[in-house]
Amino acid sequence: MLKVLLKSVREYKAASILTPIFVAFEVVLECLIPFVISKLVNAIDVTIGNVIKMSEIWMYGGILIAMAFASLLFGALAGAFCAKASAGFAKNLRKDLYYKVQDFSFENIDKFSTPSLVTRMTTDVTNVQFAYMMVIRMAVRSPLMMVFSLVMTFIMGGSLGWIFVAVIPPLSLLLFFIMKKAMPLFHRVFKKYDNLNESIQENIRGMRVVKSFVREDYEKNKFDRAATDVQMDFTKAERILAWNNPIMQFFFYAVLSTVLFLGSYIILRSNGATGVGEVSQLVVYGMQILMSLMMFSFVFVMIVMSIESARRICEILNEESTIKSPENAITEVENGDIDFTDVGFKYSAAAERYALSGVDLHIRSGETIGIIGGTGSSKTTLVNLISRLYDATDGSVSVGGHNVKDYDLTALRNSVAVVLQKNELFSGTIKENLRWGDPNATDEQLVEACRLAQADEFIQGFPNGYDTYIEQGGANVSGGQKQRLCIARALLKKPKVLILDDSTSAVDTHTDALIRKAFREFIPTTTKIIIAQRTSSVEDADRIVVMDGGKINAVGTHAELLGKNPIYTEVYTTQNKKSNDDTMHDTVSDGGDGNE
Amino acid sequence: MNNKPPKRKMEKGIMGRTIKALFKSYPKMMTFTLICIIVNAVISSIPSIFMERVFTVVGKALSENAGWAEYGWEITVDMLILIGLYVVSLIMGAIDKQMMAVITQGFLKKMREQMFNGMQNLPIKYFDSNSNGDIMSYYTNDIDALRQMISQSLPQLLTSAIMVLTLFFIMLWYSFWLTLIVLGGVVIIFIVTKIVGGGAGKYFVGQQRAMGKTEGFIEEMMNGQKVVKVFCHEQASKADFDKVNEYLYDQSNRANRYANMLMPILGNIGHVLYVIVALVGGAFILSAVANLSIGTLAGSVTVVFNIALVVAFLQMTRQFCNNINQVSNQVNSVVMGVAGAKRVFDLIDQKPEVDDGYVTLVNAREVDGVITECEERTDVWAWKHPHGDGTVTYTKLCGDVVLTEVDFEYEPGKPVLQDVSIFAKPGQKVAFVGATGAGKTTITNLINRFYDIADGKIRYDGININKIKKADLRRSLGIVLQDTNLFTGTVMDNIRYGKLDATDDECIAAAKLAGADDFITRLPDGYNTMLTGNGANLSQGQRQLVSIARAAVADPPVMILDEATSSIDTRTEAIVSRGMDALMQGRTVFVIAHRLSTVKNSDVIIVLDHGRIIERGSHEKLIEQKGQYYRLYTGAFELE
Repeated sequence: MLKVLLKSVREYKAASILTPIFVAFEVVLECLIPFVISKLVNAIDVTIGNVIKMSEIWMYGGILIAMAFASLLFGALAGAFCAKASAGFAKNLRKDLYYKVQDFSFENIDKFSTPSLVTRMTTDVTNVQFAYMMVIRMAVRSPLMMVFSLVMTFIMGGSLGWIFVAVIPPLSLLLFFIMKKAMPLFHRVFKKYDNLNESIQENIRGMRVVKSFVREDYEKNKFDRAATDVQMDFTKAERILAWNNPIMQFFFYAVLSTVLFLGSYIILRSNGATGVGEVSQLVVYGMQILMSLMMFSFVFVMIVMSIESARRICEILNEESTIKSPENAITEVENGDIDFTDVGFKYSAAAERYALSGVDLHIRSGETIGIIGGTGSSKTTLVNLISRLYDATDGSVSVGGHNVKDYDLTALRNSVAVVLQKNELFSGTIKENLRWGDPNATDEQLVEACRLAQADEFIQGFPNGYDTYIEQGGANVSGGQKQRLCIARALLKKPKVLILDDSTSAVDTHTDALIRKAFREFIPTTTKIIIAQRTSSVEDADRIVVMDGGKINAVGTHAELLGKNPIYTEVYTTQNKKSNDDTMHDTVSDGGDGNE
Repeated sequence: MNNKPPKRKMEKGIMGRTIKALFKSYPKMMTFTLICIIVNAVISSIPSIFMERVFTVVGKALSENAGWAEYGWEITVDMLILIGLYVVSLIMGAIDKQMMAVITQGFLKKMREQMFNGMQNLPIKYFDSNSNGDIMSYYTNDIDALRQMISQSLPQLLTSAIMVLTLFFIMLWYSFWLTLIVLGGVVIIFIVTKIVGGGAGKYFVGQQRAMGKTEGFIEEMMNGQKVVKVFCHEQASKADFDKVNEYLYDQSNRANRYANMLMPILGNIGHVLYVIVALVGGAFILSAVANLSIGTLAGSVTVVFNIALVVAFLQMTRQFCNNINQVSNQVNSVVMGVAGAKRVFDLIDQKPEVDDGYVTLVNAREVDGVITECEERTDVWAWKHPHGDGTVTYTKLCGDVVLTEVDFEYEPGKPVLQDVSIFAKPGQKVAFVGATGAGKTTITNLINRFYDIADGKIRYDGININKIKKADLRRSLGIVLQDTNLFTGTVMDNIRYGKLDATDDECIAAAKLAGADDFITRLPDGYNTMLTGNGANLSQGQRQLVSIARAAVADPPVMILDEATSSIDTRTEAIVSRGMDALMQGRTVFVIAHRLSTVKNSDVIIVLDHGRIIERGSHEKLIEQKGQYYRLYTGAFELE
């Protein structure tokens, strides 16, 4: 896991190595400073030899100031490099994650939900960044500080150094014990806390329901129970952690008293050979040793807490795209012929059920094919194989006479345009959105595509026309408008095959018919595949494919199927019995966005 | 740090309010904690005094060539007093930390509850004009900032402040001159903190903003990732991301650089200050400068500088600087905490939905046409209407709704509804038809008083709805929204949401009416199946069925229905339609219609356009008119 993560350090390797080096210098200086100070103090001490050695005072003072500046320099450099290294590492991690996801196949995307991908690229990376900062700075600093300080205590205090050695094991043990007890508690309470926040979110989202049913008090009670539960657990965990400080304080006091007491004893016993300076600075070292232990325990906790984040990041980084362009790929799609030869498909190797099986279908360039079938009949699955969004498990799929696996992915997908069922517009102007289809399209070409998709009229109706800003997710256009913009965007690719996956469901039948008419007249050589819920959208297709349970149930024209194929006939009659309902359903289908 | 008076004043106000709220929540504990913190801080600052005393004794012993035997006892006594003080300090410290943990979590819970309870009483307008994410961040980011401030920054700040103050007095006790030097150093520390810390603060805000931007970008692109693939837009998407990412790196790098550098800079200024004090102290001892201090004035501190005094003073200098640095370090977190607290208080201070209604809904009994109030549930309801002259009249709840010349606007100057009049007799079905933005949803928002009308009147059973208590008005209106919102809990819990005291049988009956029973019984745990994430484990159609059942169990005389538009498969749609139809049976219904069968069966169809009623009447009548409705019906016209 560590190896995978560290690959993202790259150009920040130098900063990452320099940081601990500068930290080490800083620590050495910091440990030497009290030593020099003790010399300085001794120089002032008139009780030793009864003379103040002013020259010594100046010398030690000068050395000290020089050391302080050097330490400042190293500390600042360490800080700056640390910031650069950790921020850079985080940047590269985010970049690697994002790039990786860009190369994901649909199968990979399906595996991770959108919110989980977002969390991994934001919160998780931030956690790892923080941990990284801790590791290259604090994790180096604390142990070094402890070791150096210990060495200095022995140099200065002689046998007094043993006091510090004696303190370290019980203190570490106690700190470890506290962490060990508190960690699982925190783990549990954070989960509860997440649940609490989730229920708040639910409440905010459903506020209309809450108010309509006059359930404010009920919600308050429910919240009170959950909040109290969280409070109890948090208090319990925090109270354990709250022992950290008094324990530290206890050991510090113990060391301080012992050093002071034994120190003065030793000074008196040695008749001033050990000076006041040494004893007073031993206290400083004691503080440093204890602080570094405390720091270390925090770093430890931080690392443990970020492990989960690191694991989640690695999950993405280790994921291999299941679909890649082959070597020596074909870069030109000749025509819009499509051939399914005995195709079978299942979504994962482990799945028992085939989503598609025994599909044999041959489509000639320029044909219009309608596909109809109930939910779960694998209509979408079928067309997704054409542009190699998924790979067929058995059999082969060919476009333009070649197996789709032999094509360069970009070439194939530029020739096979898909308007997805769950289509998306992106924040930006209408023009910018349309140019996804063709970045070099002229304004005239944009308008032309929109005319074909019957979108030009309403776009012209907007005050800013084609420069109208589309909000995230296309929130400021209606469902039908969104669908037509998506069709126009796909048309701009000038594809050899155009697939509409239930892409006119929010468009009224009349406009729907106009779009199909435009297809017939203006892009006759393009193969058109139309998946629809309503028969009226496919009635005039050259052939209609009826799907049922992952198999092709029948293929034929409207006339051939009606009355002969039971599924098609049933769909047709139910819709026709209430065909007027259907018209209405579609025409009035864009409504109620709250603030009308 | 403190030359921004207006901002500081605001901070003071918020800080004062936070502290006041803390004391109000835990008056005894807070007082006790405060005492503990103060005592602990004072004791923590006095070891240097004992150091001075002990070293003075040691010095005296050495100069007299005496040994441990003579002065050991004196030192031991001092040490015992010191240890005694330490024990007190430790106990105080432990108690303080324990209580602080209790107080922090208790206070946070209280804040959460105040926010949540306050939020329940806010008008819908608030939720329409603030994004969910924004409201949510009160409960996450701002509460976190508040916790940080209460549990760490404030106690730390208080401890440091008291120690600084105590040390300052001790220092004055020992020597004016040396204290002056230390004060000079403190000024420098403040200046550095302001420059470096301010830089860090600025970039931390920038980092936060950049993070938000990056998150938004990632979220949008991840949502549309399949579109990116289909359009081979990967390269462009990567390039766009690099720009956002680079900016975040830049901000994050700067913020952390400043923050990381602050500590070594301040620490080493402390060292330099230490050296200066030592040098000056040494020089003073050498030239036997007369010491001036409170102590000398009181006659208990030597009038000439000696080593013990200087050593103790050096110790104090160090402590003093450490504490000043602590303060500097807490500044950022206090600023963030105050900002968080301000937002938390803002939410709490939001004006709740006003309710001047005094007409209430009561259980009633009807004997010979006379309605009397009663305690028990009779399934007959009446409006209890107290009048100014002290009399009370009862009106039977029928479901007669009349809108007269209603005008409404969400924002001043932008009328949404104009001159809308609608009459719905009990049991009648009124269908609204019209484009997005025509005002269909708005009318339903007015009937249940999510919003209040600007002009005109709405009467329910002849009573102006402004006089009816909102809770009672809403209780008499059922609602099924287009976007179904289910809550975490079992299917049964979700249905029972409509009527909290409904028995299991009542809930099941409602589910049967809605046509939901069939699929619910086929769920792994039937009615006890847990729903999470807005019923993520159910299909769209199934969620709608549950929400219909939820309305059915409430059994109100008036229903507001917003038919779903999303394409669900034909079979489920048929079931949902049947459920809706069953629910409408025998009630006054306002329906925002998307299915023609609904519209056709309505008693009145209201065709809305830009907030005005352009056509009204029955299906047959409107077809005859050959107006907008006719064009719509024949599919020649698209409403968007």
